Amino acid sequence: MRSARLPVLILVALLVFCFGSAAWLDLWFQSWQGNRAQSADLLNVLLGDSRKMFANHFFVKADAYFHSGYYPTVFDNREAFQTPHMAEDSGTVGGRNKGDEQAFLGKPRDWIDALSRKLFPSRHTHLDEGGASGDLGNSSGVREIMPWLRISAELNPNDIRTYTVSAYWLRERMGKVAEAEDFLRDGLRANPDSYEIMYELGRVYAENKHDETRARNLWEAALAQWEKQEAGKPDPERALRFLFVEIISHLALLEEKQGNYPQALAYMERWKARSPYPAAVQKYIEEVQRKMSSAGQGHTDQPRQSSAMAP
Amino acid sequence: MSNIVAVSGVVIKELYRRKDFYVLFVLTVIICLIMGSVNFFNDDKIVRYLKEICLLCIWICSLVIAITTTARQIPSERENRTLFPLLAKPLTRTQLLLGKFLGCWLACGLALVCFYTFFGALAATREHHWPLVSYLQAAMLHWVMLGVVIAFALFGSLVFSAPSANTTICFVVVTFILVLARHLNKIALHLPEPRRSVVYGLYYVIPHLELFDVRDLIIHNWPPIAWNVCGVAALYGLAYAAAFLISACLVFRRKAIN
Repeated sequence: MRSARLPVLILVALLVFCFGSAAWLDLWFQSWQGNRAQSADLLNVLLGDSRKMFANHFFVKADAYFHSGYYPTVFDNREAFQTPHMAEDSGTVGGRNKGDEQAFLGKPRDWIDALSRKLFPSRHTHLDEGGASGDLGNSSGVREIMPWLRISAELNPNDIRTYTVSAYWLRERMGKVAEAEDFLRDGLRANPDSYEIMYELGRVYAENKHDETRARNLWEAALAQWEKQEAGKPDPERALRFLFVEIISHLALLEEKQGNYPQALAYMERWKARSPYPAAVQKYIEEVQRKMSSAGQGHTDQPRQSSAMAP
Repeated sequence: MSNIVAVSGVVIKELYRRKDFYVLFVLTVIICLIMGSVNFFNDDKIVRYLKEICLLCIWICSLVIAITTTARQIPSERENRTLFPLLAKPLTRTQLLLGKFLGCWLACGLALVCFYTFFGALAATREHHWPLVSYLQAAMLHWVMLGVVIAFALFGSLVFSAPSANTTICFVVVTFILVLARHLNKIALHLPEPRRSVVYGLYYVIPHLELFDVRDLIIHNWPPIAWNVCGVAALYGLAYAAAFLISACLVFRRKAIN
């Protein structure tokens, strides 16, 4: 008869081995950089870096909602949808779209294709222009893109455009200035060096709260960040240049409005250097010079010192 | 006809005695209520995301009910040995199949009535209007689509060896059609011959179930579809359902049932 002790000893040996392995592996796992359990964010633990892919999917879905479902798939011609229209229309990003956005479907290829187009959205509309109803006076439907933008931001807090695009529609078409500011501040906490968010937050103060001092501070901070991050690059790409022009033009016009003409001129010269329409900026410059000479400020005023304040 | 109706009545009773529908319905209600309770920027009029989630749940649940209910009809009659007594009565094999089809289709129709009533009520709580015509068209096209799926599953239950295999194949085929069928013609254009002809041939042969998916139209409040378009789509679906049913009858007539 075989001893009953042998299986018990094997079992004990296995348990000791498992315990020892677990103790060794746990030390390694805790110090491993890919350890998701260190994050307190449930989504991060579950999805890891794939969150960013889902975040982009939901951002594009928001744009599909902006078009009331009329949106190209991966099998269609997407040239006219390279930059989401809801982002381009918000003026927070530069556009790269070309081609005909009205007819990416082309002509029906067969009778099934022709029939199917009567059974799904097949007309180009924007929610801020009434959407499927075509009621141009009703732009409040744009609120429907918000859930997807919120989810996109939750999944990837480092995608700047989600904050700036959401904030624009919240304050411009939904009248929710406080929510827009809160959302931008969430974005700024997650991305403290983002000049895009600072610029958009400045617009909230300038256009909605009419607090031009804070707007100026934010735009100056945005400009400083832009110069720190992008100006050193040999030829900033179009989208980056677009935002520089936006920031500097808003600063220039604000200074002009407040009568700080020398500062306004200084900004306008920099604006002109990077603007795709220098002749139009030159007209602004001549206008400011005329105002300076009529106000007699040209020899007395000094450019105002930057008063960058934490936003 | 009375034989067909009698068999279908038994199938409908089976559906409401089983718990599948109730579980799926309650699950849909819970998911929608949880999603509806989420606050987005303090705006209580945002509704389209909720309509989309609700309709997605309805589509998934209806397909699960249709395929699982249909796939087990004939195999369970054989396993329980109730098929012989049934056919010993004045009931032909064709009548039995048609009865099973009608029963499953009507049962799915009843389930759809419950689901779409819930959907309409949910949407009305936020939109404060009820586009009844659009909902009716969506439900009707959805029901026709389920008719095609049920006929296909019934045919599959006679061809494939086990209900599980049939169920899996039905889900894979239906998902493929709903996701890709609309684009097969575009894919075909980028392929060299003879693959182009094969893919284009497939495009014409398969039933385009995605034609009946008008969720985007009701999510985004598009105007109702023209009734003649609805009618053509319904005829298209019924033709495919009839083709699968005839095929099933032909297979069942020659099939040994012992």
